[in-house]
Order: sequence, then C-alpha cells, then structure tokens
Amino acid sequence: MQALTTKAKTVGRKPMTFWEKLYIPVIARGMAITFGHIFKKKVTISYPEQTRPFSPVFRGVQVLNRDEQGRERCTACGLCAVACPAEAITMEAAERLPGEEDLYKEEKYAARYEINMLRCIFCGLCEEACPKDAVYLSETLVPANFNRQSFVYGKEEMLIPHPKKDPEGFAKARGEKRS
Amino acid sequence: MHALLLSVDWPLIIEKAVLISIIIGVSLLIAMYETYAERKVAAYIQDRRGPNRAGPFGILQPLADGLKLFSKEEIVPNHSNKFLFILGPGLAMLTAMMTSAVVPWGGHIHIFGRDISLQIADVNIGILYIFGVVSMGVYGLMIGGWASNNKFSLLAAIRGASQIISYELAMGLSLIALLMMTGSLSLHTIVEQQQNGVYYVWYQPLGFLIFLVCAFAECNRTPFDLSEAESELNFGYHQEYSSMKLGFYLFAEYVNMFISSAVMATVFWGGYDVPFVNDAAFGLNHGVNLLAFLQVVSLFVKIALFIFVFMWVRWTVPRFRYDQLMKLGWKTLIPLALLNMLITGFVILLKQNHWHF
Repeated sequence: MQALTTKAKTVGRKPMTFWEKLYIPVIARGMAITFGHIFKKKVTISYPEQTRPFSPVFRGVQVLNRDEQGRERCTACGLCAVACPAEAITMEAAERLPGEEDLYKEEKYAARYEINMLRCIFCGLCEEACPKDAVYLSETLVPANFNRQSFVYGKEEMLIPHPKKDPEGFAKARGEKRS
Repeated sequence: MHALLLSVDWPLIIEKAVLISIIIGVSLLIAMYETYAERKVAAYIQDRRGPNRAGPFGILQPLADGLKLFSKEEIVPNHSNKFLFILGPGLAMLTAMMTSAVVPWGGHIHIFGRDISLQIADVNIGILYIFGVVSMGVYGLMIGGWASNNKFSLLAAIRGASQIISYELAMGLSLIALLMMTGSLSLHTIVEQQQNGVYYVWYQPLGFLIFLVCAFAECNRTPFDLSEAESELNFGYHQEYSSMKLGFYLFAEYVNMFISSAVMATVFWGGYDVPFVNDAAFGLNHGVNLLAFLQVVSLFVKIALFIFVFMWVRWTVPRFRYDQLMKLGWKTLIPLALLNMLITGFVILLKQNHWHF
C-alpha cells in the first residue's frame, strides 16, 4: 500500500531491553518533565478580570449610531431589513415633529427598531447596506438570558450613548477598531 | 466499685482521648486539603491555575466540595444489598483512620506535670498492626463493589482486591528486610533507632522503592488505580454511590494516602527525627515541648513531601494495563523484594561474624 503522507512513523515492536523493563529511569525522566511544567508560565486567561482582544474583523451586537451632536442617524429607510438574510430586522418609521431636530438627524426616523438576536447571523450586511452609517456591528457579545423575548433587542439596547451627555459610554460603544 | 473506678488511670484515658481526637481531626483536615493540593498540583503540572475562586487562592474549595457532596441526593439502588451498601464506605473510612493509632507523631511533651507521648498506642507489633488494618481496607472496596449489584462495580472490586492482595506480598517482603535490621516491630523503636540521623532508607534503598510502589498500589493511586479506571469501568467500585457515601470513599483514599505517607516517613525517613539536629541535645537545651513541636513539624514536612510525590506520580505516569500490573507485582517486585531480603540477611550475618566468612 502506498503511504498517504510522509509523516507516518513506523512503530518499533522490539521487545523492551532490560533498562526499559526497569521502568524507573523512564519514569524518572517523565517526572522531571512534569516537574519542569510546574514553573512554566500559565497560559490561562482569568476570564472575567482579563479578556482576550477580539480580532479586527469581529462582528458582534449591532449598535445604532448617532452623529457628533448626538442625533440619531437612522432614517428608517429599511435597506438593512431588506439586506438581512436572516430577516431579523423590523422597524417602524415616524415623522420628525418640529422641535425634535436635536433628536433625529433626518426628517424621518425609526420609532421602533428591533433586531432579533436569535435570528441574526452577524453577517454585517446591514452595516454594508446602511446609506447613513446608522448601524454597525460592535465588539460586544450577546449575553445569555432566560427567555426568548429578551433577545429581541430594541432601541434601548442598541442605541449608542449620547456623545455629549455620556462621552465615556459613547467611546466605549464605538469600540477600539473605529476610533 | 469505687476502688475499680479509682484504679483506672483517668488522666491517661483523657490524654489518649484528646490525642485521638486531635489526630483524627488533623487527618481529616489534611485529607480535605489534599483534595485541594491534588487539584492545584494537577493544574500546575498541566500549565493551568487550578481552583482559585473560592476564597484567596481557592483555599475554601474543599469546603465547597464537601458542601456539594453533602447536599447531593443520597441514592441507594433498589437491587443493592442495603446493609452492605451502607457498610462499605464506613468500613473504608474506618480502616483508613485506624492505622494512625500506632504512628509516632512526635517524641513526648511535658504539660500539666505529665509526660505525654505523642503516639496513641506504642504496640510492640506496630508494623504487623498496620499490615492487618491495611489489608482490612480491601473490604471497604470489595463490599462496596459487591453490594452495588453492578457488573462494573463488581469487576472493579475484584480487580482492586486482587491488586491489593498481590502488592501486599511485595510490601511485606520489602519490610521484612528492614525488620531484620531493626529487630523490632514497634514503630517507636524504629524511629528511636534512626535518631542519629542515619535513616533506614540509606540501608534499604531498594526496599524503600518497592515499598513506595506498593504503597501506590495499596492506596489505589495512579498508575495502579485499576479499580476506578474511568475509561474501562465507568467509575469503578463506587459507581453507584452518591452524596457523602461517595465522599467517604474519595476521602478514605486521601486519608490512606496521608497515613501511608506517614508510615513511609516513619519507617524509612526517620519519622519525627529533625534532620541535621541532635534531637536529644536540643531537648536538653531548649526544653522538651519545643523539641516535640519541631519534631511534629518535621514529620509533617516529610509527609507533605511524600503526598506531593503521590500526586506528582499520579499526573505523570499513565495507568498500567491489568496484565502489566500483575506482571510487575508478581514477576518483578516480589523477586526483587526476596533478593533484597536475602542480601540484607547475608550482610547481617556477615556483620555478626565480624566480616569473616
């Protein structure tokens, strides 16, 4: 039979020599190895205190963006919902009333914007489809929960903190890769 | 009646009772922290951190484990022999604790105007007693496996029993060579003979090695944990056990480990003798109580080292196959022990004859 790889090792079936039959020298060598491992650097990351950095292409929970003055950028055009292959996005549009100019950037805004995190596959097509740079995928994971309804994220969960009122939260939500 | 009561040496009984409770408490405490140490040693050998969440450095972990075992449901299988099923873990624990009676934990202390020996019973057949009790330990395992009415448990119990019986032979033979040198079976005397700092391990290195290997087998520790081989027998003889009954079995193993470390330290490594110190002179200069304290500490350091070796070996050497185990026991260790015995006897005779043939 032809060998499939060049890495195959033939195992010797020679009977053990007297030295090997003693076991003790070999065991002593093995114990020296394990003893050496006691002083090796641990590779463990103590998770809640330490976290591993995400890769630059990581896609997590969606964030609804605001502009520099803290106005919501979304105009409820629905392109993200159309682009979404998992059909996870629902929204309801509303008209901006006079006096709400500092809340919403455009004349139309999303009164309700929901993404079902159980359906979402975090492909990032909504981010690509958005003409207003209003939605992007952050570096946050979806936390576990007890009931399905709580996985339908609305504007309360996804809207980015106000850049003027909560600059720290804003910077944190923006994440490292975008700032 | 009064005369009978008066004739009893009450202070002796009280002092022994206190000593017994202290030793049992300490054994259990050490067994508890052995489980912690085992997990830490395993973790460090495998480049991990081990338990570090319960309390600082995870030192409350054994308490959490115990609490977990206590709060588990106690299941007695329907088809088991209920009496034996409950007797098994108790017996395992009892035999594990009984051995500590003859181990001398230190010289003697002087309080309340009394000289109190730190040994529960200086039996003149101490080693024989240890062997008797250790061979009773197999009953806990055997009864547990039998009463569970489970094929795996029974197989494991039979395996374990035959393993322990086989290795007891080599263990006894390795000690006979030592006993020919000491001329006494009393552990106290054996320790006293080593007070000059020359331990019996220098005279009996082979005997010590055989004894060490047999101690691993007797304690059912890896590489000889055939009776609880997870990959072949699920969980071995304590498969059907749950809650604190399982805890007793697991605990008995650690108590056994502690006691056999103590026996090894006593018989081969000078027991409570403080290394590099002339104990008798130190006692005269600094008082008996300080000496006794140092002796207890040095014995426990020796024991801790042996316990570490137990764990170190466990996480290094993989489990033997059953035929390898039997081959090692019967075809290697017993002939070696016999050889050791013959050489020792020869040298002793030669010495008695003033090195003339």
